[in-house]
Amino acid sequence: MEDVKGSDGLGDTELRLGLPGTSTATRSAKRALPEGDEESHDELRRTSAAKAQVVGWPPIRSYRKNSFPGRKVEAEAAAGLYVKVSMDGAPYLRKIDLGVYKGYKELREGLDNMFKCFSLELSRREGGSGSEYAITYEDKDGDLMLVGDVPWEMFISSCKRLRIMKGSEARGLNSRH
Amino acid sequence: MTYFPEEVVEHIVDFLGSHRDRNAVSTVCKAWYQVERLSRRNVFVGNCYAIRPERVMARFPWMKSLSVKGKPHFADFNLVPYDWGGFAQPWIEAAARGCPCLEELRLKRMVVTDDDLELLARSFPNFKSLVLVSCEGFSTDGLAAIATYCRGLRELDLQENEVEDHGCQWLSCFPDSCTSLVSLNFACLKGEINANALERLVARCPDLRSLKLNRAISVESLNRILARAPHLVDLGTGSMTVNHHTEAYHRLINTFLRCKSLRSLSGFWDASSCCLQAVYPVCVNLAALNLSYAPAIQGDDLIKLICLCFRLQKLWVLDCIGDKGLAAVASSCKDLQELRVFPSDIYGAGTTAVTEEGLVAISSGCPKLNSLLYFCYQMTNTALVTVAKNCPHFTRFRLCILDPGKPDPVTNQPLDEGFGAIVRSCKNLRRLSLSGLLTDKVFLYIGMHAEHLEMLSIAFAGDSDKGMVYVLNGCKNLRKLEIRDCPFGDDALLKDVTKYETMRSLWMSSCDVTLRGCRALAAKMPSLNVEIINESDEADEFQENLSDLHKVEKLYVYRTVAGGRTDAPDFVWIL
Repeated sequence: MEDVKGSDGLGDTELRLGLPGTSTATRSAKRALPEGDEESHDELRRTSAAKAQVVGWPPIRSYRKNSFPGRKVEAEAAAGLYVKVSMDGAPYLRKIDLGVYKGYKELREGLDNMFKCFSLELSRREGGSGSEYAITYEDKDGDLMLVGDVPWEMFISSCKRLRIMKGSEARGLNSRH
Repeated sequence: MTYFPEEVVEHIVDFLGSHRDRNAVSTVCKAWYQVERLSRRNVFVGNCYAIRPERVMARFPWMKSLSVKGKPHFADFNLVPYDWGGFAQPWIEAAARGCPCLEELRLKRMVVTDDDLELLARSFPNFKSLVLVSCEGFSTDGLAAIATYCRGLRELDLQENEVEDHGCQWLSCFPDSCTSLVSLNFACLKGEINANALERLVARCPDLRSLKLNRAISVESLNRILARAPHLVDLGTGSMTVNHHTEAYHRLINTFLRCKSLRSLSGFWDASSCCLQAVYPVCVNLAALNLSYAPAIQGDDLIKLICLCFRLQKLWVLDCIGDKGLAAVASSCKDLQELRVFPSDIYGAGTTAVTEEGLVAISSGCPKLNSLLYFCYQMTNTALVTVAKNCPHFTRFRLCILDPGKPDPVTNQPLDEGFGAIVRSCKNLRRLSLSGLLTDKVFLYIGMHAEHLEMLSIAFAGDSDKGMVYVLNGCKNLRKLEIRDCPFGDDALLKDVTKYETMRSLWMSSCDVTLRGCRALAAKMPSLNVEIINESDEADEFQENLSDLHKVEKLYVYRTVAGGRTDAPDFVWIL
């Protein structure tokens, strides 16, 4: 039998550049008593993610669950929209939760921060001339797309992984438009 | 009495309504069996695999109404794979051949195709009523066939089905000569509807009393429809999005003013509070109100609306009503018999608006309460004991504490005593769903006191095999037992194998029963079908490598006179 209140497993796949031993708030396996209302937002989100993954729980008909379309997006947000981010030339990949960003600007800033240790400049315009890199993503159909064309909500629901690629390769993508 | 002429026996038997009484009569002697079977008009089959359809048709050739259920209840929560079974086809085909007088068909949790619906529509000249509940496999094309060929159709009731949208033409397939509709429910359809065709249909059916619209119907259309059908008793509104400054809104108020017969309201899909005032004139007469699909109606507006409905007997709401709202309901709706409180934010942060307080308030204000479905994040033993004392008339009690295995937050104890109080106090309890932290003790209480219990649902509960054994030993009237994620294993399963012959079915998933235990059960009881559902990728290795001690993912056991079924998919093993 599964320990349904255990970790959601997603945190384990998140690479960090931090020192070993440091981590975010530990998740307790079983919370017998709620300790006041001091739970952090993070803690709640992770517990929600754990809950969201127990099949058939809570016992609500799919028909009813599907009747609130707005709620489904919330569900995905609660579970975390983790996608891998690769960068051409970097020795390892990262993973980010698209749900924490409000839009493209925050995403670019976040990626900038994340990969700045490789002393690279990320393009701020689509396939921008004169800069070295462009942010692309693989969508649900497996196609490589340039980040920034579609509305943010549509992007986060169709993005499967991100790839920061050299500008010279990215220029090929422009010709698709 | 066996010496009375047949006509007299038949006349006497006619007074017996219930299936159980009629079943009992038919076992007295051959003569009575014959009289009963030829006079039976309503047939109910609780498990479509318990008997072959041909046998049913042969026994009851003059059957007028047939009701069949397919998948096990936990299929509602995605625990049963999509193509497990429950096909309507053999039933409709057999009925078409053997029971041409059929007038009513009711199917629940079955797979129904467009071909099935077309066969149905063409095969029964007197067909009057089709009710499909939680079914799937058909599209609006199948509905078009029903509309086209069922002359004299009185009822088309689609409840919570998955229907593929192939366009809105189906409604136009009702011929101009169709004037007999009494009940039409298409609330579950996701697509567009031809509003004109609907309005004309409503206009020519003077006996229409129940109409449930889908989300695609606008307020403007609703206005026109209600204007043509002021005698409606039961209404499911369409989208109900209306700005209360518009003309449509003002017309809506006037329309509802004229609906003096309305007793039941539902729908309100995208309704916001501002449209509620339009409904106030009918509140005083409402017996049933379903606002469980209206998350935008909250707070004081919601409370104000419900408190106007002082004759309410049945209320379905979302938990955003809050404990405060439930207290208001308790002081206004003294005739309340059935309450369902659904969660509005199931992926949320773990703080809902209803707790044990709301339930206690309801129980003290509404002593007639007999049916409950309550989703909340916490419950206490004290509260349950109070509820049990206030409401001894529960026949259905379903409590779902959303956090699996959560104890009483005040005492940190399991909820054994609370549920124990419920079963002790509610002598007519027929259906019970448990949740929260529970030990074997609660099952001891259930076995000892729940004499009339027919259906029990258990999740994340119990400590050992003893729990399950208490229930199987004690509940003499148990018909359906469904268990998930509990530490019950082979010993419990095999303790009293003849018990399962007295029940309709047993479901166990993510428990501790092994393949060996299931095989032993199947070997001892040939009158049962023992089905194992294994969807994991190891299914291919299942044949070769699986030891007897392999734990079974999902087990479904049911009594049957039909033998093993032949339509099971690969991942279902019938031992």
